[in-house]
Amino acid sequence: MTKTTRSNKPTIGVFRVCALAVSMGVFATATLYFAGAFNDDQVTAQAFVDLQQGSKVHAGFRRAHAKGICVSGNFESTGLLSAYSTANVFKLGNTPFIGRFSIAGNNPTAPDLKAPVRSLAFVVNTATDDEWRVAMNTPPVMAVATPDAFYKQLQALAPNPETGKRDAKKISAFFKAHPESKAFNEWKASYTPANSFATERYNSINAFYLHDAQGKRQAVRWQAVPRMSDQEVAGLDQQSPDALQQQLISQLEKQPVRFDLMFTLADSNDDENNPTIPWPSSRQVINAGSLVIADWRFQNEGACGAQNFDPLVLPKGMSATADPILRARGAAYAQSFRRRATETLLNQHITDKEGAGDARN
Amino acid sequence: MHATKHYSATSRLLHWAMALLLISMLFLGLSMVQSLAVWQVEAVALHKSFGIVALILVIIRLINTWRSVSPSLPNELSQLQRIAASATHTGLYISMLLMPLSGWLMQNADGRVVNVFGLFSLPNLIAVDIRYFAFFREVHALAAWVFLLLIFMHISAALYHGLIKSDGVFSSMFKGR
Ligand code: HEM
Ligand code: HEM
Repeated sequence: MTKTTRSNKPTIGVFRVCALAVSMGVFATATLYFAGAFNDDQVTAQAFVDLQQGSKVHAGFRRAHAKGICVSGNFESTGLLSAYSTANVFKLGNTPFIGRFSIAGNNPTAPDLKAPVRSLAFVVNTATDDEWRVAMNTPPVMAVATPDAFYKQLQALAPNPETGKRDAKKISAFFKAHPESKAFNEWKASYTPANSFATERYNSINAFYLHDAQGKRQAVRWQAVPRMSDQEVAGLDQQSPDALQQQLISQLEKQPVRFDLMFTLADSNDDENNPTIPWPSSRQVINAGSLVIADWRFQNEGACGAQNFDPLVLPKGMSATADPILRARGAAYAQSFRRRATETLLNQHITDKEGAGDARN
Repeated sequence: MHATKHYSATSRLLHWAMALLLISMLFLGLSMVQSLAVWQVEAVALHKSFGIVALILVIIRLINTWRSVSPSLPNELSQLQRIAASATHTGLYISMLLMPLSGWLMQNADGRVVNVFGLFSLPNLIAVDIRYFAFFREVHALAAWVFLLLIFMHISAALYHGLIKSDGVFSSMFKGR
């Protein structure tokens, strides 16, 4: 070590000390900036999920659509969509799936028949490049087109924590300020809940792209259309909080439940990035195949409980549009999934009265 | 053998390329887990791909470090400073391995295949299980903050040597001869 050092020099420039301090200040500030410490106007995934979970956390459960039931079966593809997408799932043939019927809301013991929205989710080809995750709801469109506006919508709809009642003035003010909610509200006014999970229609709401072998893309939305009608299913036990689940179980014990996945192809007049506008019924519709549901499990016992139905997990041959609602779902689902996964790992649901026995939800 | 005063060109290139990559990865990671913006989807895909690049680079770097001679620290450094330096360096290497590995494993535990730039997919290393996911997800977040703290200490020490002590430690990574 013969190199002459200047370490013995008596004066260390104030300038150098300042340069050191400023550099580290910049690094620390940048870290805090990216960690969101100075963000007070953007709605984050964390804030969104906080709002969804409400003041009472149901440990181990989804922060939205907490109550549900696992199903499984086969997707029987017609092969008709393979002209538009190279995805293996659309080739002629069968692909097994696991799925989940659920109701909107953060309470895993909520009464089935009080829920405003019902849902169907499914996943095929998990842990492969061909994996496809789908989460569908009963409304055909969103009321608003951005996560920010959706956050405000949930705030407006939230019941007052003291009275437990919704504020009608707040709600009507919200919808007045958001004329794009027109189609949604028209649907809502005309919608009568079906008598069964098995006879509802479930919508992708957001649009996605299909990609064919030539690399051409086609925007689509889809709807799961039930084969059975309300007249064909057993009546609901109006008193039971689990009326929809019980009815589905009794149905599946008799025979499989079928849905056709009907894909609507956008044309150049349709904006695939705006989930508030319905596409005209004159658009071409293709039956991709049917979901044949043969089996069920309670969500604490079935594989669907631990599943994150993130709609941004798409197979080769499909991709996400730039719809801001669709694009917001990945981070929000991940946040909810992380919370319930960690609670499950730490067995927190065991100490939570409601969650007792409901591991891996 | 003649003691080296400077890191080799390969070492310096690896060091600065990885510094840039890892700090960008940390900042991108922190912001993308909060963001509901339209770019978030591509950000996550790029995060995973560049994370695998980082994993490959750290393996190359470890082999390079093991095979080459690193300049020794100046004699006048106290024992405490030496221990602090080697502990920080060990911690930095562990973080560099732990970040991409926990990322990969968390994806597999959630049933997701890790694809690199749409070019190829990595094998799944573990079974799909929400508990494994929780573990590796939390490791990924915790290790990120430990990593940031170590980087902070590392830069502080480097600048202290460079600006205040001017003892050649800083320039050993900054220039050739
Ligand atoms: C910005 C908009 C949205 C946000 C922030 C959001 C948020 C969430 C969250 C946090 C979960 C729980 C995820 C989990 O822990 O696994 C969830 C579940 C779900 N969401 Fe959304 N969501 C949005 C839009 C939509 C839309 C447009 C649909 C329907 C097309 C939808 C359908 C569903 C369904 C069906 C589930 C339950 C899936 C299951 O059974 O696990 N969501 N959502
Ligand atoms: C040097 C490599 C890496 C660094 C420095 C890094 C850093 C980070 C950071 C800081 C976060 C945010 C954590 C939080 O705030 O909770 C994050 C999240 C994430 N990282 Fe990495 N990461 C690396 C490699 C990887 C790899 C290789 C993968 C996957 C193949 C990956 C997948 C992810 C995912 C999916 C998230 C978001 C998780 C969620 O939304 O819940 N990372 N990363």
